[in-house]
Amino acid sequence: MKTDQTLGERLRQQGISRRGFLKFCAATASLLALPPGMVPVIAAALEKARRPSVIWLSFQECTGCTESLTRSDAASVEDLIFNTISLDYHHTLQAASGTGAEDARESAMKENWGKYVLVVDGSIPTANPGYSTIAGISNVDMLMEAAAGAAAIVAIGSCASFGGIPHARPNPTGAVSVSDLIKDKPIINVSGCPPIPVVITGVLTHFLTFGIPELDELHRPKAFYGKSIHDRCYRRPFYDKGLFAESFDDEGAKKGWCLYKLGCKGPTTYNACATTKWNQGTSFPIQSGHPCLGCSEPDFWDAGGFYHALSIPTGDTAQTVLYGAAAGVGAGVALGALYRAGKAHAVHQHEKVTINDLEKGG
Amino acid sequence: MTETEFLLWVRGPAFQIATVIFVVGSIVRILEIMILGRKPNLAEARGSAVAGGLRTIITRSWPDRGTFKRSAVTLVSGYVFHAGLFVTILLFAPHILVIDEVLGISWPALPTPLVDATTVITIIALVVVLLHRIKDPVLRFLSRFQDYFVWFLTILPVITGYVAFHRIGLPPPTLIAIHILSVELLMIAFPFTKLAHAFTLFISRWYNGAIAGYRGVNS
Repeated sequence: MKTDQTLGERLRQQGISRRGFLKFCAATASLLALPPGMVPVIAAALEKARRPSVIWLSFQECTGCTESLTRSDAASVEDLIFNTISLDYHHTLQAASGTGAEDARESAMKENWGKYVLVVDGSIPTANPGYSTIAGISNVDMLMEAAAGAAAIVAIGSCASFGGIPHARPNPTGAVSVSDLIKDKPIINVSGCPPIPVVITGVLTHFLTFGIPELDELHRPKAFYGKSIHDRCYRRPFYDKGLFAESFDDEGAKKGWCLYKLGCKGPTTYNACATTKWNQGTSFPIQSGHPCLGCSEPDFWDAGGFYHALSIPTGDTAQTVLYGAAAGVGAGVALGALYRAGKAHAVHQHEKVTINDLEKGG
Repeated sequence: MTETEFLLWVRGPAFQIATVIFVVGSIVRILEIMILGRKPNLAEARGSAVAGGLRTIITRSWPDRGTFKRSAVTLVSGYVFHAGLFVTILLFAPHILVIDEVLGISWPALPTPLVDATTVITIIALVVVLLHRIKDPVLRFLSRFQDYFVWFLTILPVITGYVAFHRIGLPPPTLIAIHILSVELLMIAFPFTKLAHAFTLFISRWYNGAIAGYRGVNS
């Protein structure tokens, strides 16, 4: 595969029509909330873009992020765009293995030093470097070495972005996110467990055309993570009306009412699920009747249970109230007895004043 | 401490601590009053103490025309913020969910936009109450630190709740955590400050009416 071909040339070679290409650019512009005037700009920038070298490192992960990306509709233009980047190293997808695979990574890094995009999925163990290694190289070492020559790092998935499931309590491997280790490179977090495929390609398109997109405080692109699931949820009117499903098979659930009471984390979760949806816009968890788990947020695994609403106390409060009431009655009765004793004592000490006493005093 | 850990601490240990202090404190304060008792009244009853007590609980909850003329601001803003607190605390869906989880009882919620509007009205009424307290020379003279402190503890959960609902400024889990924490502060202070009037007002009104009723006075 020639690496000096532009993306436009490559697409034409693959038989993608100009019309199909512009449709993709228009879809991307609307996805990124850019004005329609930006469509030609995106097209021009993408046309001229050389296939950027992408090195994809997989650390403590489940391959769900890669699955999410590769299981998106195989014939989509996004998929072709992804084919059109030069994915020089991805140990799940590449044919080479062993020394050959590592050689590919090293030569790609050498040839594109300072220019390649480093994509990371999975968290990095710090408790013991031996917990996760690739070709005998610990994850920390490989990340540090690859990050040094990267133009930017894209952390794909909640593990790479925030530590994810390996980072969940008690975090036996001392798992950390990419941004915990790398401080001197631009990092884009594309969180989610897994992230939405179109968000991954959208972020990449933005990076190729306009550079680093506008990010929120968690380094996530605002275009996709700027609004909460709750704000964009088609069940929101039911929340506002106070109509909730109480269980997974009650009348409310059948009528499609709000899933807040079943533990939906939509109000505190920022992602594009409610708008872009999954499986080519077919559906998303809430639409299929399940509350949002909040997978694109830090520590979503430890947020007090998937099926408990966010505002609910985690302890056994009924028991606390019961014991508290018993202790309160005990303490109250004891204090009351003490006061009564004091009162009785005061009455006992009271001496009656007679006329004679007054005369004596006078 | 990450924002999720903060929220979990607030929902977990902190809420349990606040609940213990609130429950133990409230019961102790009420029992203190009840057990202290009164001397037996040897005078012959000319009316019913029970009827008088109940009647006064009701009649004193309704302002008479004289009070309204004397202190219309206190009366109107006082009623508005108390009613507002009732609506925002007890008729907001997520709050009912908490009560259901803790006590196992629930009731229908009001539509969220209605509760949202009530919150704004409640905040305005509470601000009016404070301004009136500061501006009125008599009220200012009578006010001590605790009066301003309990005002602050009362308005804090309303404001943090409004901010958390509209997710202004901070990450949502942090906003919810701050809101719950402000309620926990209120719960802890409740039995030991003037806020305890929520319980004691019924005792004192009952007592006033009961004495009058016992002696046959039309209270």
